[in-house]
Amino acid sequence: MAAYDKVMAARASDKLTSVDYIANMFGDSFIELHGDRRYADDKAIVAGIAMLYNMPVTVIGIEKGRNTKERMERNFGQAHPEGYRKALRLMKQAEKFHRPVLCFVDTSGAYPGIGAEERGQGQAIAENLMEMMTLKTPILSIVIGEGGSGGALGLAVADEVWMLENSVYSVISPEGCASILWKDSTKAPEAAEALKMTAQDLFDLGVIERIIRQPKADDMAMFESLKMLISRTFEKNLSLSDEEITSARYERFRKIGRPQD
Amino acid sequence: MDLFSFRKPKNELESIPGGDQNVPFVPQEMWIKCPKCNTMLLATDMEENLHICTKCNHHFRMNGRQRVEMLADSDTFIEQDSDLESTNILGFPGYDAKLEKARKSGSKESVICGECKIGGVDSELCVMDSDFMIGSMGTVTGEKITRAFEHATKNALPIVVCTVSGGARMQEGIMSLMQMAKTSGAVKRHSDAGLLYITVLTDPTTGGVTASFAMEGDIILAEPETLIGFAGQRVIEQTIRQKLPKDFQRAEFLIQKGFVDAVVSRNNLKNTIVKLLKIHGYGKEAE
Repeated sequence: MAAYDKVMAARASDKLTSVDYIANMFGDSFIELHGDRRYADDKAIVAGIAMLYNMPVTVIGIEKGRNTKERMERNFGQAHPEGYRKALRLMKQAEKFHRPVLCFVDTSGAYPGIGAEERGQGQAIAENLMEMMTLKTPILSIVIGEGGSGGALGLAVADEVWMLENSVYSVISPEGCASILWKDSTKAPEAAEALKMTAQDLFDLGVIERIIRQPKADDMAMFESLKMLISRTFEKNLSLSDEEITSARYERFRKIGRPQD
Repeated sequence: MDLFSFRKPKNELESIPGGDQNVPFVPQEMWIKCPKCNTMLLATDMEENLHICTKCNHHFRMNGRQRVEMLADSDTFIEQDSDLESTNILGFPGYDAKLEKARKSGSKESVICGECKIGGVDSELCVMDSDFMIGSMGTVTGEKITRAFEHATKNALPIVVCTVSGGARMQEGIMSLMQMAKTSGAVKRHSDAGLLYITVLTDPTTGGVTASFAMEGDIILAEPETLIGFAGQRVIEQTIRQKLPKDFQRAEFLIQKGFVDAVVSRNNLKNTIVKLLKIHGYGKEAE
């Protein structure tokens, strides 16, 4: 599949969203928690606590919505600063109770609007990057659709980052890239190739650890194996000391773009 | 006179009949027009006045070297990692040519890092350079800033970072995005070591730099009227389909919203930084 076809697949309106993953993997055990305790509850980010087998976990997902009504309500998965602050609040809570954090990333980007800027979109994301780097509990992020720039990274400073086979993760949308560099947004397919934004590209670049097969809505066996995989990763990381886990996370990012000596 | 001489770039010297030394004239390049108040300013005056309009206090952009000179005590700046240069890591079409062009500006990378004395205080200093691809953050930018923070942490130095950036460098794709996390990690380690980090936001500071180390300082200063934001104004206008207010995303707007500690005029900047360094107990040994 060409890179731009992957982009289209990642954006497809019938693909599963964060709430589908939560429902299929955690069922009734999921308790949603709301609000950033500062300003509002951002519905573009759904978050709470759930049981992964016998393990309590904090789950945070960017939610695009599954139909027009939901999409409006979820602001098409474009979070405001309060979304990132809610996520950070719950990550800190997870650290306190020493439960692992699972993030689902699916956004075209953080919302570019007046209110978002007024309330410090850049500051909110920056704080997440800084705090997640030293969070003393395991973090795993899975890109389940679009990984759009800083808005995605704000939930993806993790011990491992996984991507669905038809997901993308990039510094800018191919349309945005084409229109800025070549003044022609119809050249998006070329930009998608050049940006190296598919799961396979990112795996080859050493930016992600694992590519996951695309699950279907009723494919419970697939969700079960995903749960097993996540659970094993968390168990492994929970056995590490605080120092070991934060050092490994630092090193994971530290090596990216380090020139070969 | 050849037929196409009108297409030649106008040369002031040629336009003076016989190049007469007795006719007083001032070449164009010596004058700079202030974009805010339209005053014609003499370039030499401008340099003396730290590139600030003498009439309306408009702060012109300074390049990285000029800013290092302004902040570091003379002859104390020891540059680090100046050998690190961007390469076309993803094989992005047209990027090699762009890098070549950017290097012709005289800057080798979008950030200059080094150790120096600021008002006699040993400090680490990073200055982003708008002359190099408007300070866009590539992997080398991220690497240099990370190394600077690591050096400061190791040597218990305070750090001052002057930001100017159009955002992440698209031509380095995901590798550029990852620098936001990498630099933030280095900032956090420096912070956890109890060391001071002062950010100076200069025009423009946007995108991935805003959403990482620019907003992570213990103390965040900004030059007057500096554009500071995450999303670009054009993108916001296209999203909300309205014109943005004039002061939107300017330093004065951010201080009002609570995201900047102080707006500091350039001719007061070094003083302010030195005061902050000393109040945090740095530079005592030197006295």
